[in-house]
Amino acid sequence: MITREYRFPLNGSALPPGAPLLEVEGISLRFGGVRALHDVGLTVKQGAIHAVIGPNGAGKSSLLNCVSGLYRPRRGRILLHRDAGPVSLLGRRPHRIARLGVARSFQNIELFRHLTVLENLMLGRHTHMSHALLPALLWYGPARRQEIRQRELVEEVIDLLELAAVRHQPVGTLAYGYQKRVELGRALCMQPAVLLLDEPMAGMNAEEKEDVARYILDVNELRGVTVVLIEHDMDVVMDISHRVTVLDFGELIADGTPADVRTDQRVLDAYLGEEIRATGEAG
Amino acid sequence: MSTFPRRLRELARHRPDGVALQEKRYGIWQPITWSEYHQRVSDFGHGLAELGVGRGEAVAVLGDNRPEWLITELAAQCLGAAVVGVYPTSVGEEIVHILSLAQVRIAVAEDQEQVDKLIRLIDQLPRLETVIYYDPHGLEQYQQPYLKKFTDLEASGRRYGEARPEWLDGQIDQGTPQDVAVICTTSGTTARPKLAQLSHANLLAMADNLTTVDPVKPGHRYVSFLPLAWIGEQMLGVACGLHVGLTLSFPEDAATVRADLREIGPDVMFSPPRIWESMLSEVQVRIDEAGWLKRRVFGWAYDIGDRVAERRVRGQKNGAGLRVAYRLADAVGLRPVRDRLGLARLRRGYTGGAPLSPDVFRFYQAIGINLKQIYGQTEICGIAVVHRDDDVRFATVGRPIPGTELKVSDDGEILLRSPSVLRGYLHNEEATRKAVDSEGWLRTGDAGYLDDGHLVVIDRQADVLSLGDGNRFSAAFIENKLKFSPYVEEAVSFHGDAGITAIVCIDPATVSAWAEREHLSYTTYTDLAGKPEAARLVAEDIWRANQDLPEPIRVRRFVLLHKQLDPDDDEITRTRKVRRNVVAERYASIVEALDTGANTIDVNTTVTYQDGTRVDRLIPLHIVDLSGFAPPTGRRRRPAWSGRP
Repeated sequence: MITREYRFPLNGSALPPGAPLLEVEGISLRFGGVRALHDVGLTVKQGAIHAVIGPNGAGKSSLLNCVSGLYRPRRGRILLHRDAGPVSLLGRRPHRIARLGVARSFQNIELFRHLTVLENLMLGRHTHMSHALLPALLWYGPARRQEIRQRELVEEVIDLLELAAVRHQPVGTLAYGYQKRVELGRALCMQPAVLLLDEPMAGMNAEEKEDVARYILDVNELRGVTVVLIEHDMDVVMDISHRVTVLDFGELIADGTPADVRTDQRVLDAYLGEEIRATGEAG
Repeated sequence: MSTFPRRLRELARHRPDGVALQEKRYGIWQPITWSEYHQRVSDFGHGLAELGVGRGEAVAVLGDNRPEWLITELAAQCLGAAVVGVYPTSVGEEIVHILSLAQVRIAVAEDQEQVDKLIRLIDQLPRLETVIYYDPHGLEQYQQPYLKKFTDLEASGRRYGEARPEWLDGQIDQGTPQDVAVICTTSGTTARPKLAQLSHANLLAMADNLTTVDPVKPGHRYVSFLPLAWIGEQMLGVACGLHVGLTLSFPEDAATVRADLREIGPDVMFSPPRIWESMLSEVQVRIDEAGWLKRRVFGWAYDIGDRVAERRVRGQKNGAGLRVAYRLADAVGLRPVRDRLGLARLRRGYTGGAPLSPDVFRFYQAIGINLKQIYGQTEICGIAVVHRDDDVRFATVGRPIPGTELKVSDDGEILLRSPSVLRGYLHNEEATRKAVDSEGWLRTGDAGYLDDGHLVVIDRQADVLSLGDGNRFSAAFIENKLKFSPYVEEAVSFHGDAGITAIVCIDPATVSAWAEREHLSYTTYTDLAGKPEAARLVAEDIWRANQDLPEPIRVRRFVLLHKQLDPDDDEITRTRKVRRNVVAERYASIVEALDTGANTIDVNTTVTYQDGTRVDRLIPLHIVDLSGFAPPTGRRRRPAWSGRP
């Protein structure tokens, strides 16, 4: 009998909650004369929602790109703690880093528009599948069993993110909010140790943002997945994050709980300005 | 005479591997066979016994249609208890009313959403001891001591049962057909819902009588997508389901009902007019978006289908030419539409609960769907009167099913008597005495008359109005005429000094599709309803409806309401019946303005924004006067299947 409990863990890391999972230490990155990141460091703990905020051009996406291997920082260390011990991510190719358990979504949607939601999500399982050519071509034996098992995990993600109604629709025909959700789902299908989300709520209205925040909380609270979140929208970030790191002009200016950051003078001056001071007093 | 648990036991014995229930999980329909179903009912029944559930008690269920809903129902009935369903969309006061009236100790709630509702209300429900949930997602951290997981109770029930073999069978044998099986809420268009107690004998007699007229075979498919708290779903899905052994399928999600319907292809289906109307609107929108060739082909096929349907419902045979034409029309035009709607295999479709416009009826008959009217009430297990396959008349509701007597009282009220008349309302002797007289006649409260053996229902007696000249007419009759316009979602008519007036709600799906075609930009529902173009569009359809109405009851003036009627505002029931008195009271100023001849009326509305700020806003509504209105000439009358003027 199939029970209603989920059968597959989505959290790829078995570290105890609160243990350091991803450590970034003193990384610097330059594009020609532009200093994108300077001596930035942060520690993401297992089980947390960790937000990275900052004004436009503060280096948030650059930081994420360094972690996922798209950019190579000049200096510094990036360590991912795995069950077997820490591994340096520096200098590794992006697909290697993905295999180590770092999954990400992109600011601009990067999905296969002509494939269905289901097919896009199945692609998220790619790193977990191994095929011998012949069985895969004939779809028999182990290849078939493997695909069925992967599909079951994907279906649990569909259930979690409530994508059942659009399961068989091509991604390109879906509304923007759905596409963002599919991207989140694809990253989740990798059973990541850490999930990097680059502005998952960009371009959404208040209601859609609340929906996405709900899904991120579900992913974190129900399935225990550690989330690193880049976001512009202060209110949502303060509501759902356990820890907030603030960047400004490539430098780290604050790191702490949402309450700490909210009252930090440097943050107020550099980025949030009068607006947050007003809401800070009101709230 | 049997009981539900005995029927289940027999089905599990005779057809152990037949599919009883199926639900989509992991993207695949997962079957539950009759023997598995029986096993789970028996486990959960033992679990409920451990919690002390016994004869005469009621167990509540809050949730969407899932196998666990029925497992709970049957398990409670094994122990001689009844089940009382609460609509999953119900909130606060409604839940407290039902649960305290039924003195519920044990409630089964689907998921976090339903459990949260009960946790919030727990202080007002002193009798509630245990809440059992079956969808555990999000509930892992809940510490409330009265929460229990469905599967845990099944597991402990299984152990309990292993220590007492034969015990539950004994309980089932002790049960009598006169025991209360289901407690259904009445639809309550006028007052707070009453709780109607229906016995096994009531429900199974109904199932037997209905299936005599309209035979269904074991294994026929039925999609259970309307609330199980509603008598209609209990009637076909549960009572007829257990009587003959139907296979029930539960949709994956509210958003996938249409797709699931299409995958399953039900053999039999029962929905209130609302569903049939919205399916027709969908057909209209899609055909209007199709190219001219498809429109022409469908138009031709529809005309043939309409002619054939007209002969079929009168029991006449088709000529050879028509037969050939119909085969072609069916293949190219009608069958594809039936398939698109998921009704390709449908043997019988029923509509009931409220009157369905004859024109909608005709559409379904024309595309080859055997749609028939049902008339009944919660108090008589949902059905007493139905059309026969070869004698469907659009204006009537058909003839009584076997075992049912029907008469019309001197003051025009429909009276019914059958073995399916309820045992009584729960804890409301007075209401029971009012509803059922000493000879067992059920007073329906509906006005009607017999025409050539067919029953014609006018409306609720309270809503039947007398004109000065002694003519009787029904508000619903007028409203249904108006609602046949694809652009009209709801209409409420009033009778005053200015004659008949109406408050009309536009259908957002069709009107927005129309606005798109007309290159009309709008922001919200309120904005769209306020457009003069929209008013003209609806005025044309109302003018047309007026042509079919006798002169004294034509609609003189109407207004497009700035919002849809909403069950959360009590304006309409959960089964989508308009609460006339609430609408009349809330919009009294509009009704008055309609009557006095004003051109506009400002309504005060409170808008609550996402961040909780509330703003009072005055919205001007424009009243349309139809005297002297003439539709643009030179256009052909719009066919039933198209929304294009």
